Amino acid sequence: MIRNIKHFIKSFTLFDLLQGLGVTGKYFFKRKITIQYPEQKTPMSPRFRGHHALRRYPNGQERCIACKLCEAVCPALAIDIESEERADGTRRTTKYEIDFFKCIYCGFCEEVCPVDAIVETHIFEYHYEERGGNLISKQELLAFGDKHETEIAKRKAADAPYR
Amino acid sequence: MDSVATFLNGFLPEGLTTLIVIMIKIVAILLPLILAVAYTTFAERKIIGYMQVRMGPNRVGPKGWLQPIADVVKLMFKEIISPTKASTVVFFIAPMLALAPALAVWSVIPFWDGGVLADVDAGLLLILAVTSLDVFGIILAGWASNSKYAILSSLRVGAQVVSYEIAMGFALVGVLMAAGSMNLSEIVRAQEGGIFSWFAWPLFGLLVVFFIAGVAETNRAPFDVAEGESEIVAGFHVEYSGMAFALFFLAEYASMILVSVLTALLFLGGWLSPFGHALDDVPVLGSVLGDGFHWLFIKSFFFLFCYLWFRATFPRYRYDQIMRLGWKILIPVTLVWIFAEGVAIAFGWKPWL
Repeated sequence: MIRNIKHFIKSFTLFDLLQGLGVTGKYFFKRKITIQYPEQKTPMSPRFRGHHALRRYPNGQERCIACKLCEAVCPALAIDIESEERADGTRRTTKYEIDFFKCIYCGFCEEVCPVDAIVETHIFEYHYEERGGNLISKQELLAFGDKHETEIAKRKAADAPYR
Repeated sequence: MDSVATFLNGFLPEGLTTLIVIMIKIVAILLPLILAVAYTTFAERKIIGYMQVRMGPNRVGPKGWLQPIADVVKLMFKEIISPTKASTVVFFIAPMLALAPALAVWSVIPFWDGGVLADVDAGLLLILAVTSLDVFGIILAGWASNSKYAILSSLRVGAQVVSYEIAMGFALVGVLMAAGSMNLSEIVRAQEGGIFSWFAWPLFGLLVVFFIAGVAETNRAPFDVAEGESEIVAGFHVEYSGMAFALFFLAEYASMILVSVLTALLFLGGWLSPFGHALDDVPVLGSVLGDGFHWLFIKSFFFLFCYLWFRATFPRYRYDQIMRLGWKILIPVTLVWIFAEGVAIAFGWKPWL
């Protein structure tokens, strides 16, 4: 009986509805958490996995030894490698191609690389302007690595103690 | 306005002058109204965004203020598609039929003392009659689209609007009993004398019922079963695109503004200042604190804000719950209230005077 009366009064004074309005009314004045993307950016981990790059040793020698571990581990079969024996007896790649449409950015290739040749950089804002642009060749990967080497080295060093 | 009339009378026949003057007045009402509709959509996105702890549109123009203009331009350039099996003529008449009444009602709305296009004595009746015509456009749209979703939605709208019109009408009966007139300007003048003479206090229950019925009447959240996304996509305007869709949009928002303005006029004393005439003699501020259009604007803005607030807060009612609320709760409440009011009037006890 008492419960019925309470319910009656509560529903007729729209108590619950006003309470709900109070909640949204409170949030109306809360600080907004939107990140204004191109101008503002969220902090990024040194382990961030973005656009790939092939690195070189400080003397300019390319690191990749065509062991094809990355090609084997790649779950999306995005990496395609062909190799040759060079005049100095080393094994090097003639073709190192990543299909960015297949790539799922899992980072296994970077994880598995014995010489730290293939890495995923912090760059995630890129696009392709024509068909086939998603196939990134060895030259492009090396050039990308050359361009961002300082940043890559910095992030590698920052993450090294936790590896 | 009179000087324009006398100027035109110099070289035009009398009838033509009247026509031109009325036309000018119509434009003077409708242009700001359409602008208000555009910025209501902007306010809606901003306010709901703020309540969801995000910012809403802020890219087009300074702080996003040109967003509604961009929306209008986009809609104007979109193709108007007519479904193959639609009844083409009715299909294109329907949006106009929905918009025309929503705009026509504004002819009897007084914006300030004497600021009304047609000072009709049966203004309240005219509003009820013309706003009910709105539903024809929606039902015809649903029928002419030849789509199952559209027809389902328009049937829902039909039943809902008819049900809530009764509660709304009863709430209006309470107001006209208190004011003793159906002329909107007279109703506002009956509330003269400061905040405590407004009908909102003695008729508070009717105010709540009227606004709830108004929300249901305009098919807005939480009564927007007409466009239940999960079951019937966008409702009666699924098949419409471009400007034809924009007309429905315009009609919906014009009715929203209308209900807000009506609530302000009928219950909160319209253009009257909450201070009455007590502060009229204050230097400088006197004209701001006295009666005027700005008070109507502030009051209707509050109700318009409530519309958006409700939308950000409440989940959608189930269809049978809507019907239950309309028939079993709102109508009995208004009847009891009107009865009590009638008894009070019969015994000469008028707390609102």
